Amino acid sequence: MLKYILNRLFHSVIVMFVISFIVFFIMFKAGDPVQLLLPPDATQQDVIEMRHALGIDQSFIKQYEAFLKNVAKGNLGTSFVYGQPALDVVFERLPATLELSVLAMIFSIIFGVPLGIIASIKPKAWYSKAIMFLSLSGISVPIFWTGMVLVLVFSVLLGWLPSSGRGEVYLFTSAFTWDGIKHLIMPVLTLSFFQLALILRLTRTGMMEVMMQDYIKLAVAKGVPRRVVVYYHALKNSLIPLITVIGIQFGQLVAFTIVTETIFAWPGTGKLIIDSIQNLDRPIVVAYLLIISFIFVAINFVVDVLYTFVDPRVRV
Amino acid sequence: MKFFKNEFVVEFFEDKLAVGGLIVFILLSILALLPSFFSYQDPYDLTQLFLQNSFQPPNHNFWLGTDEQGRDIYSAMIYGLRISLYVGLASTILSVIIGYTLGLISGYYGGWVDTIIMRIADIQLSFPAILIALIIMALWGQGVGKIVIAITIVNWVYYARTARGVVLSEKEKDYAQSAKALGMGNLGIIFGEILPNTTAPIIVIATVRIANAIILEATLSFLGLGVPITQPSLGSLIANGYQVLFSGYWWASVYPGILLMVLIISINLIGDRMRDVMNPRLKR
Repeated sequence: MLKYILNRLFHSVIVMFVISFIVFFIMFKAGDPVQLLLPPDATQQDVIEMRHALGIDQSFIKQYEAFLKNVAKGNLGTSFVYGQPALDVVFERLPATLELSVLAMIFSIIFGVPLGIIASIKPKAWYSKAIMFLSLSGISVPIFWTGMVLVLVFSVLLGWLPSSGRGEVYLFTSAFTWDGIKHLIMPVLTLSFFQLALILRLTRTGMMEVMMQDYIKLAVAKGVPRRVVVYYHALKNSLIPLITVIGIQFGQLVAFTIVTETIFAWPGTGKLIIDSIQNLDRPIVVAYLLIISFIFVAINFVVDVLYTFVDPRVRV
Repeated sequence: MKFFKNEFVVEFFEDKLAVGGLIVFILLSILALLPSFFSYQDPYDLTQLFLQNSFQPPNHNFWLGTDEQGRDIYSAMIYGLRISLYVGLASTILSVIIGYTLGLISGYYGGWVDTIIMRIADIQLSFPAILIALIIMALWGQGVGKIVIAITIVNWVYYARTARGVVLSEKEKDYAQSAKALGMGNLGIIFGEILPNTTAPIIVIATVRIANAIILEATLSFLGLGVPITQPSLGSLIANGYQVLFSGYWWASVYPGILLMVLIISINLIGDRMRDVMNPRLKR
C-alpha cells in the first residue's frame, strides 16, 4: 500500500511538472504583457524598464529556471497585474470558487441519485421517460445558456434574485446570510444542472446493469422483498462506480466555474483566470492551473483509496 | 435494403424519441448546407447591415429581430448553425482519425510506443478539457480553423483510449492470430482485420462527442475565445446577445440559444439510442 501511494505521489509530481512547463511555454509564446500593462503614452525606456523589472526580458530557459528556483521556495512568482504573490491572489479567491463547486456537487448528488433510481426501477413508465428526457436536456444544455435563462427569468423578468456578485459573506461563505443565499441560488443551480443530469444517468445505467446480474435474480427468486433488493443489494453495488465519477466530475465543476463566474460576476478564481489569460498575467495562470491540477490529482488519489475500501476486489 | 434489416438499425427505429431526434438533425443539416437559400441576409456581408435597423424586435421584416448592428437574427442563426455543425463534425472526424490511429498502434504494438502515447493521454485527462482548450485559444486567438484544431487536441484522447482497449482484446482473437500466422504484415492486420471489427464503440462515442464538441465551441465563443462575431457561430451569437440582455433585447440571445439546444438534444437523442442498442450488458 505504501509503495502504491509513493508511486502515485511520484507520478503526480511529474504530471504537475510537465503541466507547469507547457503552460509556462504557452504563456511565454502568447505575447508581451507589458503592452497591456503600460499606458499608451509610455516611452520605449518605460517598456524596457518594466520588462526588466518583471524579469521577462530574459531567454525562455532562464525564465523557467528562475521559476523553478522560486517554486522550490514555495513561491510561484509575482503577478504582473496585481503586484502580489500569485499564490496569494489565487488563494484569496479560491474559497468563493470552492463554495460554488461544493454546493453544486451536493445539490447534484441529493437530487441526481434518487431520481436515477426512480428512473431505473420501471424504465418504461411515463415518469421514467420524463425524467430521462429532462436529464437529456440537462446534459445537452451548455452551462452558459442555463445561467442566461435563469438570469432572464429571475432577474430581468421577475426581479427576485440578484444577477451578480456574492452578497454578504460570513466565515468565507455566503451560505450563512440571507443576502448571500439569494446570490448563491442561481450560480449553484447553473453549475449543478449538467452534473445532476450526468449523475442521474449514471445511477440509472448502473442500477439497470446491476439488476440484470445473477445474484439479483437469485435474491428475487429466493423471495427477498423487492424493496430490499433494490435499495440494499442493487444500490450498494451500483454506487461504487459512481464514486469515481463524482471524484472526476468535481474537478470538472471547478473548471466550469469559469463560465458560471463570468455570467454572475462571481469574485472567484474562474473570473480571475479569464482576466489573467487576457492580460497575459503568466504567474497567475501558472499558479491557478497548478492548483487546479493539484486538486484534480488529490481527488483522484482519495477516490482510488476509497475505492479499495468499498470494493474488496481492487485491493492493491 | 440490407441496411434496414440490420438488427441494430431495426432496434434503433423502435424508439420514437430517437427517430424524432434523427429527423430534426437531418432538417437542421439541410438548413446548414444551404444557408443562402433559407435566409434573406448574408451576415458576413457588412454592406447588407444597416445601423438604422439595430435592435428591431421580431417583426414581419426581421422574423426574429436584429442585433445592435442591424444583423438579422434569423439569417445569422442559419449561418451560425452551419459554423457550429462544421466545428462539431470537423473536429470529431479529425480527432477520430488521429485518436483511433494512435490507439490502434498503441494497443497493438505495446511497449514504449504504448507508454508514451498513454502517458500523454493520462496527463491530458488529469486536466479539465475546457481549460486545455482555453489555454490553446488564448495562444492562438479567435478563428474557426483554430478552434477545430483546439477541440481535436482535447478530444483525440477519448478515441485513443477506447481504440486501445478494444485492440488489446481483439488482437488475441483467432482471426487476428490466424492473419498473423498467414504472414500478414502488422499494418495489414491493424487496418485490414482489427479496424473493421472495432468500429461500433467508436461510432457511439463519436456521436456523443459531436454534441460535446459543439458545446465546447459554443462555450469558448461565449467566453470570447472562440469564433469572432463577424463569422458568427451559435455560441458567439448568444454571447453577443447576452451583452444586451439586461437592456431588454432578449431576442438576440434567446433564439440562437434555443436553436443550439435543439441541435444538441437531437444529436444526444441519436447517440443515446445508439449506445443503448449496442450495449450488450443491457440485453439478456
